[in-house]
Amino acid sequence: MGLPIYGLLSFLASFAVMASIYAIFAIGLNVHWGYTGLLNFGIAGFFAIGAYTSALVTSPMPTGVLASYIKQAFGLNAPFLVGVLSAAVVSGLIAALVGLLTLRLSEGYLAISTIGIAESIRIFFNNESWLANGPQGLIGLPQPLSNILPPAYYSYVYLVIVLIFLAVIYVAVERGIRSPWGRVLRAIKEDEVMSSADGKNVFFFKLQALVFGAMIMGIGGALYAHYSAAIQPGVFEPLFGTFIIWTMLILGGTGNNKGAILGSFIVWSLWSWSTFFILKVVPRGFETRAPYIRYILIGLLLVIIMVRRPKGIIGEERQVSKF
Amino acid sequence: MAELIVYGIILGSIIALGSVGLTLIWGITELFNCAHGDQITVGAYIALIFTSLFARIGFLQAKVGPFSFSWGLLLSFIPAILISVVLAILIDRWVYKPLRKTGAHFMTGFIASIGVAWAMRGLIYIIWGAEFHFYAKGLRPMLFLPLGIKLRTDEIFIMVVAWAAVAAVYLFLNRTKMGKAIRALADNASLARVAGINTERMLIWTWGIAGVLIAIAGILYGIETQLRPEMGWIFLLPLFAAVILGGKGSITGALAGGIILGLAQQVSTMWLQPTYKPAVAFLLMILVLIFRPKGIFGRRKV
Repeated sequence: MGLPIYGLLSFLASFAVMASIYAIFAIGLNVHWGYTGLLNFGIAGFFAIGAYTSALVTSPMPTGVLASYIKQAFGLNAPFLVGVLSAAVVSGLIAALVGLLTLRLSEGYLAISTIGIAESIRIFFNNESWLANGPQGLIGLPQPLSNILPPAYYSYVYLVIVLIFLAVIYVAVERGIRSPWGRVLRAIKEDEVMSSADGKNVFFFKLQALVFGAMIMGIGGALYAHYSAAIQPGVFEPLFGTFIIWTMLILGGTGNNKGAILGSFIVWSLWSWSTFFILKVVPRGFETRAPYIRYILIGLLLVIIMVRRPKGIIGEERQVSKF
Repeated sequence: MAELIVYGIILGSIIALGSVGLTLIWGITELFNCAHGDQITVGAYIALIFTSLFARIGFLQAKVGPFSFSWGLLLSFIPAILISVVLAILIDRWVYKPLRKTGAHFMTGFIASIGVAWAMRGLIYIIWGAEFHFYAKGLRPMLFLPLGIKLRTDEIFIMVVAWAAVAAVYLFLNRTKMGKAIRALADNASLARVAGINTERMLIWTWGIAGVLIAIAGILYGIETQLRPEMGWIFLLPLFAAVILGGKGSITGALAGGIILGLAQQVSTMWLQPTYKPAVAFLLMILVLIFRPKGIFGRRKV
């Protein structure tokens, strides 16, 4: 195993797993912002809910010595797919609740409210230790199909699982957006007043889009949880949980699912590979601070895209309806 | 309870200070500046640089009267304010002005300001690291007031400076011609433009005022708690909530909103863990948005 090529391949596999999970989030955001025009800045909230739901549903209740270290409200020990499905359902339910409260607000207020909701969800998981072990979070989450190959190859196995999910979600969203339902969403984005004059219940369609996108994000959260096998509230902070995904979508191309996937792979390579180069050049003693260069990188990237090329690399796809 | 109310007013004073600039810019340009919190952080850290520079001059090391901080920090207000003003104006020229020219969507400014915020925070992390910093080491002198209220002497200073700054800005906006023009813009930008007010020139002044208040808010917040890279971001939700509570472009609204937010957050600790404070701020904001979308003090457009 000393050959560098194996190291590189497994690095690439784990890179692709994370980039694909992010692509799922970016497609979910595309349903919200790209197609319906909902400014959801609270992706991290649905990310957290998906991850925690699947973690609690699939892991067994801790017993023996572990029970004194890990507190969790319940542990159902259910199969992986049940976990992912419940993540989607719970995330969708929370989205419906959030939507009922906030979707009547104008877009700016919606943006700020969703930031607040995501932060409140994170603070809730951090404070309520009885639910999911508070700031320490949950560790040792079950990983599907972990015994078919040696642990060193697990990234490859998981990559296949994630790619299947990504493909199914991609096809579902593409079909949805080309259906009559999807046409209404895009009409709402272009002109809300016209759509409601057209007899469409704008609020209800927005609510459906919010729930649909949030379910996709919930699935993304579950996939993240079982890959990293450990989650804690710190993961769901605004940069890593929300704004990096916005950067991915608007860099790739808002309103375009291929753009969402492309943007995810570009931004995630910048994020994960920059660490290597940064660590090579920084002086000794600054290693702990160097990764923050990525904050500057993401920040400047956002500013540059907004000022220079708000359409992103690919730009919005012209949708031709098939129905 | 009495103690929590006093703490609430202190926190509220700092929030009010930060929210005036935010509401003016929102009113004039439709930009909801997400970098406002991080600009506050930058203001606080600039004062930290100058405080340690000034500490090399012997007599500036001495503590000011009954307070915990040195004469050096007091002097640092001047360079911190200057740099904060220049920074605010430059960011507007480089980032938001090109967006205004293209008549961009609300979202473009919002996201660009998030980018500015991350870039500034990254810089602070790289220069100072994630650890806490303090303006002064050692004891923070306490006062024991009636009703069992324990107050740090510093907190008296914070209140006095915060309200002096607010009063100065208030007088400027109400008594000078330029101030009135800025208020007219914030209240109804298109009407003011028709009346011949030069928006771009007034915006430089507005960002300048915001920069002054941002630096003061940052230093006061740093004296009250401690300096850390996330301080401004944590501060942003209450700031937004105060501004929304007060109504778009309303200065008195923002001041009142700030005090209400400070009180609500501190008094909530009677029943909730203090870590829930940002959530309390946010919940209050949602309630106002649902029942009074124009803010408690927002004027109805005729």
